[in-house]
Amino acid sequence: MTIIERAERNVSRRLVLKAGAAIGGGLMIGWRWESSTAASAEAPTLFAPNAFVRIDRQGKVSIVSPMAEMGQGVYTALPMLVAEELDVDMSNVTVEHSPPNDKLYGNAFLGGSQTTGNSSSIRGFYLPLRQAGAAARAMLVAAAAEKLNVDANALITEAGFVVDAAGKRRIAYGELTDAAAKMPVPTDVKLKNPSTFRIVGTPAKRLDVAGKVDGSAVFGIDVKLPNMQIATVAASPVFGGTLASLDEAAALKVPGVHQVAKLDNAVAVIAEHYWAARKGLEAANPKFDDGPHASLTTADVVAALAKASERQGAVAKNEGDVTSALANAATKVDATYEAPFLAHATMEPMNCTVEVTADGCEIWVGTQIPTVAQQAVAQTLGLKPEAVRLHNHLLGGGFGRRLEYDFIVQAALIAKQAKQPVKVVWSREEDIQHDMYRPYYYDRLSAGLDEQGMPVAWTHRIVGSSIIARFFPALFKDGIDPDAVDGAVDMPYAIPNKRVEYVREEPPGIPTAFWRGVGPTHNVYVIESFIDELAAIAKKDPVDYRRAMLGSNPRALHVLNRAAEIAGWGKPLADRRGRGVCVHNTFGSFMSQVAEVTVLKSGEVRVDRVVCVVDTGVAVNPDIIVAQMQSGIIFGITAALWGEITLKNGRVEQSNFTDYKMLRINEAPIIEVEVVKSGADPGGIGEPGTTSLAPAVLNAVFAATGVRLRKLPINAALLRA
Amino acid sequence: MVNLTVNGSKVSVDAPDDMPLLWVLRDILGMTGTKFGCGIAQCGACTVHVDSEPRRSCVTPIRQVADREITTIEGVGTTPAGRAVQKAWLDLEVVQCGYCQSGQIMSAAAIIGSIPEPTDNDIDQGMSGNICRCGTYVRIREAIKHAAKLASG
Repeated sequence: MTIIERAERNVSRRLVLKAGAAIGGGLMIGWRWESSTAASAEAPTLFAPNAFVRIDRQGKVSIVSPMAEMGQGVYTALPMLVAEELDVDMSNVTVEHSPPNDKLYGNAFLGGSQTTGNSSSIRGFYLPLRQAGAAARAMLVAAAAEKLNVDANALITEAGFVVDAAGKRRIAYGELTDAAAKMPVPTDVKLKNPSTFRIVGTPAKRLDVAGKVDGSAVFGIDVKLPNMQIATVAASPVFGGTLASLDEAAALKVPGVHQVAKLDNAVAVIAEHYWAARKGLEAANPKFDDGPHASLTTADVVAALAKASERQGAVAKNEGDVTSALANAATKVDATYEAPFLAHATMEPMNCTVEVTADGCEIWVGTQIPTVAQQAVAQTLGLKPEAVRLHNHLLGGGFGRRLEYDFIVQAALIAKQAKQPVKVVWSREEDIQHDMYRPYYYDRLSAGLDEQGMPVAWTHRIVGSSIIARFFPALFKDGIDPDAVDGAVDMPYAIPNKRVEYVREEPPGIPTAFWRGVGPTHNVYVIESFIDELAAIAKKDPVDYRRAMLGSNPRALHVLNRAAEIAGWGKPLADRRGRGVCVHNTFGSFMSQVAEVTVLKSGEVRVDRVVCVVDTGVAVNPDIIVAQMQSGIIFGITAALWGEITLKNGRVEQSNFTDYKMLRINEAPIIEVEVVKSGADPGGIGEPGTTSLAPAVLNAVFAATGVRLRKLPINAALLRA
Repeated sequence: MVNLTVNGSKVSVDAPDDMPLLWVLRDILGMTGTKFGCGIAQCGACTVHVDSEPRRSCVTPIRQVADREITTIEGVGTTPAGRAVQKAWLDLEVVQCGYCQSGQIMSAAAIIGSIPEPTDNDIDQGMSGNICRCGTYVRIREAIKHAAKLASG
């Protein structure tokens, strides 16, 4: 299904515009808008034809972003779609956070949920936002036609003006807002031919960054309210443990401490400022009952996954006759691969501000799931969802961590015990040790090769916890987690006999969640490493080997060829240096990366250079796409070299950036990105850059050393000279 | 009471003298541009200038900076180096989520303020204490070189 068909099926134009008409009719009054959007409160002076567009009498355009900004650039790229069809300059556009409302702001790509994730913001809103802009433009033109007493078809628009080309009259949008607001919302709008785009496809300047360079931007952690107090938290260090005892009197003796709030599994100290709260928490010295997972170690988890990998899984893909093809193959190759638990480590630690009043609850937070969080808090506090008012903010990183509401519900339970608004701020240690982690995956693969060394049979059994079963239960069907097998069931290569299975194995005592690149980041690592192994067994060049299987996949073949060309594939490198390649088609985009590494005598790996070629269809903002590739690559290197959360005595062993290391500027490679010009449906860009990186680096390590690593992160001890 | 000079303004704060400057700025003075990242001087999100030198405010007790010139992200734009860095950051679209960028800009402004033409090595030295989870390092490096030109031009 193309994105156009999908969008039309899921959010028909009519639905979007009908919903928009409702908000134009005064729905906004129900919301308390942020101070930065105070103009919106003056509804009568605004032309608000739908949920996304606001134009005031000065002609200033404000666009409500349905999706959250966490660095990925949607606060620029989504307004560009509206501005293109509305025909206004981006310099005249500002952007607003959206209130929680699935009906108005749900992403058709994610089942209509107002969820920012899975690299789907552009995919979900490419049409609806263009339609919103076009509808507003049509109403402005209709208003101008009435005013000028001419046929609307005789009018054109030029960057914020309706123009009567015949009479050479120009009317600014701002002068038309009152009249336009009285026009009927069109039920059908004509969209521009993409060949006439003047904004989409350009590197328009970001709308969210001015305040991010002078300290005025407001992230969730920066919220200030009258009488607000600050709390910090210690939860049971073992997942499933409960609060046993604490020295409340000692905590209350710390100057500035006001209150101690006890939860089943945690304690919060509420104070005048974070420092007092933290001192108070130390003084409280809480003790916990560890519960059933007190002795859990990573080795226990891995042993359970390894055992589970011996059982038949739910079949997610079955093509040809794998069993006989394997039996008849000239060569059979088997391998197991492992991927560790990972924390998200957003730079902004988890935080949430809540005020619980007699009749409801108000929340200030940066979240990827405003409506889900609203529901969760309503349920927890026994309120109606509409009694929970949530104000979204800029996110200091998301990466999937802010797809969870654990810290939001926790803050609501703390604030319920307080008489004033409370901002709950986690320490970095709390953030690392009470994350919800990327699942540990254990994969078994087998391939049968023909006489020429090409694969004729392929089996891939994926073993790990199911995030989907918890997060989107309706999508977990027949034992298959569609995310866990994403990137595996649809691998880009033509192999005649293929079977992909999924075995659900839930580790006890450690919650798992989406992490940048989700299912594909794990599957592409495994598949592209194993393909490289097969190429080596076949004694073929890794790029040639892949090319031979991409004959029917021209977009994948093109990015592979370009990446190899730019990287200088095949040119000799010094001893213990190597190049590795990766190609895949995930999140609706095609991507190839070539990594160049040096393996030091100590075994440490340095990534020197990464070439990335991406075909993401229509490139709405090519500069943001380049930025997301740079971003995904750096994120991927951190994980490939060092990313690993381990358990001992049921506790996460890592605690801060000292032992959960991040790549730094002096360790960052040269990165070269090429964005392919394409008219195809837009794909996702937030995640595939990360997805590609680990296999490219591991394959480069193999080229440099001859050592094949089948477990992440890289174990330097195996690579010592 | 501890007397502080923040962005040229004198303030007296009623806070324990071992309280880190970060929390005085954020929770007492309401200046939230300076960010909390790790609390142990490992990430640089809390970087400010004390007498023009970069300091991690999360581990700087206020008694150490009493009566010294403290500059934060809210005030750095009034210095030539800070202004150049902020402009370079916007020119090159460095910023993504932006949470670490206050600290990145403060560290970069300290470089530009002391080294007219920073080399890659100068940049590594001056910036390796600042973590960016969005991975804006490639652009930070370019932007510092661009800022050096803006500052000298």
